[in-house]
Amino acid sequence: MWKMKGLKDKEYVGFAALPNQLHRKSVKKGFDFTLMVAGESGLGKSTLINSLFLTNLYEDRQVPDASARTTQTLTIERRGVEIEEGGIKVKLTLVDTPGFGDSVDCSDCWLPVVRFIEEQFEQYLRDESGLNRKNIQDSRVHCCLYFISPFGRGLRPLDVAFLRAVHEKVNVIPVIGKADALMPRETQVLKQKIRDQLKEEEINIYQFPECDSDEDEEFKRQNEEMKGSIPFAVVGSCEVVRDGGTRPVRGRRYSWGTVEVENPHHCDFLNLRRMLVQTHLQDLKEVTHDLLYEGYRARCLQSLARPGARDRASRSKLSRQSATEIPLPMLPLADTEKLIREKDEELRRMQEMLEKMQAQMQQSQAQGEQSDSL
Amino acid sequence: MDERRSLSPCSSRPSSPRTPPCEILGSVGIEAVLDQLRIKAMKTGFEFNIMVVGQSGLGKSTMVNTLFKSKVWQSSLPNLELPMPQTLELHSVTHVIEEKGLKLKLTVTDTPGFGDQINNDKCWDPILSYINQQYEQYLQEELLITRQRHIPDTRVHCCVYFVPPTGHCLRPLDIEFLRRLCRTVNVVPVIARADSLTIEERDAFRSRIQQNLKTHCIDVYPQKCFDEDVNDQLLNSKIREQIPFAVVGADREHLVNGRCVLGRKTKWGIIEVENMAHCEFLLLRDLLIRSHLQDLKDITHNVHYENYRVLRLNESHLLPRGPGWVNLAPASPGQLMSPGPGKVRKRANKDPREDEC
Repeated sequence: MWKMKGLKDKEYVGFAALPNQLHRKSVKKGFDFTLMVAGESGLGKSTLINSLFLTNLYEDRQVPDASARTTQTLTIERRGVEIEEGGIKVKLTLVDTPGFGDSVDCSDCWLPVVRFIEEQFEQYLRDESGLNRKNIQDSRVHCCLYFISPFGRGLRPLDVAFLRAVHEKVNVIPVIGKADALMPRETQVLKQKIRDQLKEEEINIYQFPECDSDEDEEFKRQNEEMKGSIPFAVVGSCEVVRDGGTRPVRGRRYSWGTVEVENPHHCDFLNLRRMLVQTHLQDLKEVTHDLLYEGYRARCLQSLARPGARDRASRSKLSRQSATEIPLPMLPLADTEKLIREKDEELRRMQEMLEKMQAQMQQSQAQGEQSDSL
Repeated sequence: MDERRSLSPCSSRPSSPRTPPCEILGSVGIEAVLDQLRIKAMKTGFEFNIMVVGQSGLGKSTMVNTLFKSKVWQSSLPNLELPMPQTLELHSVTHVIEEKGLKLKLTVTDTPGFGDQINNDKCWDPILSYINQQYEQYLQEELLITRQRHIPDTRVHCCVYFVPPTGHCLRPLDIEFLRRLCRTVNVVPVIARADSLTIEERDAFRSRIQQNLKTHCIDVYPQKCFDEDVNDQLLNSKIREQIPFAVVGADREHLVNGRCVLGRKTKWGIIEVENMAHCEFLLLRDLLIRSHLQDLKDITHNVHYENYRVLRLNESHLLPRGPGWVNLAPASPGQLMSPGPGKVRKRANKDPREDEC
């Protein structure tokens, strides 16, 4: 392959306009994005979502009181909204998990969430393998915002259990809710504690891709800043505070001052919004598709190859963790290769059988065939 | 103006405090998503595979050189020392062209020997077989358990068919070929070496060809049935009126009125390739590269490849065991249409890059 440039600089071939062609199609098609929010009640999830996307998704929501909550189990709720800005449509689907962490006994309360995520993968796998692939709806969860309480001392056992259950299946972004309850120093300490705990428990949150060397300095600086502020300490607000004289800001008014949501010194809301929508939306979708979904698909197909392997898979998942990166096969590497080899052999045997069948069919057909088929 | 519309209602639950409605101030910043796409596209680059089909001497190689302004192939004068290929062969050449920071990986497949034999019956079979083989390769990659992140795309996105400038109408060979290929790949017919026809002859030839295509139900690119909306329809109808384009290719430059232009110099004048009054090369270039490149790829992927896939899956005789699992039967010879003499060879381009003016 040789690299060639045009004969003369002023005579362009014209394919530099290609991204615009792609552009046009994307604008027509629009984008879709599925976001999941999880965490205990009362951490400001709904308010944050409303402020992030400037919608009223939770407008008619009624907060249940304590008696209703004791009997409530975890449910999965989906809400959709279409946001249009500058001619571009984004179909945002929000998956909420009300009831998480609310009961007295929260054991296994994350299982419905895990099941939901896998069901979306399965649906997509089915659609992708089907015959009519024209309009596949992508309902896979692209990102999960997990809310951590600012009042604790880092991650609690429930947080750890939930994160460990979902971190290999969805992009997790940890967020500290209601961060206006903390002073700056307390925020730093809490963030560091959470980061240390995540490392200790080997939880893989969403990794920001590295910046290219040819990106400009401002972008690199912003990227580093964003990476450094995980988990994001956020404050959400649905109200706009209009103090006499100063410009209106979105914030929470206290008697001792006003917390401005979009002020980078007050909280990380802007960073979160920039990351989620402006710079990493596409990357989140790609990681979901290329890594997490492919991992699910590989596991699914391998278990179909050898039905017995499914039992082995569930047993070894409990006993040890694989050392390789995502996508993780459920079995250690050596076994996986053996599986693949066995599957290949099976395929070969089936192919030979089919060839014999086809040869027989062709012999019987060859007599009747005269004209060109088509 | 921003619009927000709620699609689905939420469940109602017992008891009091309500979340207050959110006042809108500022914007979310969604336009940046397009920038993300653009940056990604610039990094990964694009791929485009084009096939040129036509009899020898119709200027296929020159046309490819002119289209991409590079010496994709070296063949200015007919190389009379080389023997005429006895059978149809397919040669593929791949180049990476760069323009304004954007990389395009271009693969051109040539078909020397097409239509040159005495008996040209079934000369389209090796071509069909090649095209289907690329689909098969892609399908096999797609069915693997552990797939590559980016499956290399060798499928033919566009087939440019060169019609000799007889001035009458489409020949039986042309009709047979076009009829078969239109169902498998995007075909763009062009009138080759149009400098042997006057403008009036060209228009008459063109309308006869259009009539021929209609009579035989040959659907060339851009196909009417894939127009998505009114804008597309308007744009594509204009193009459809002018198909097939009458083109002239040239890779030598000459001085005309102080400008250096690509053209063919004869005793009675210089035919400028990029002059709309002389020939319609610019229309072909704009169609293939500037406006419809992505569309060609999309239709290849969403329509032609899907048709092939459905055909293969239906032929597999075994029911799938679960989502994603397909026991694919090996492609039968009749299905790929590969008779004896067809050969496919990939050859790296060895010629030097000469500058000409």
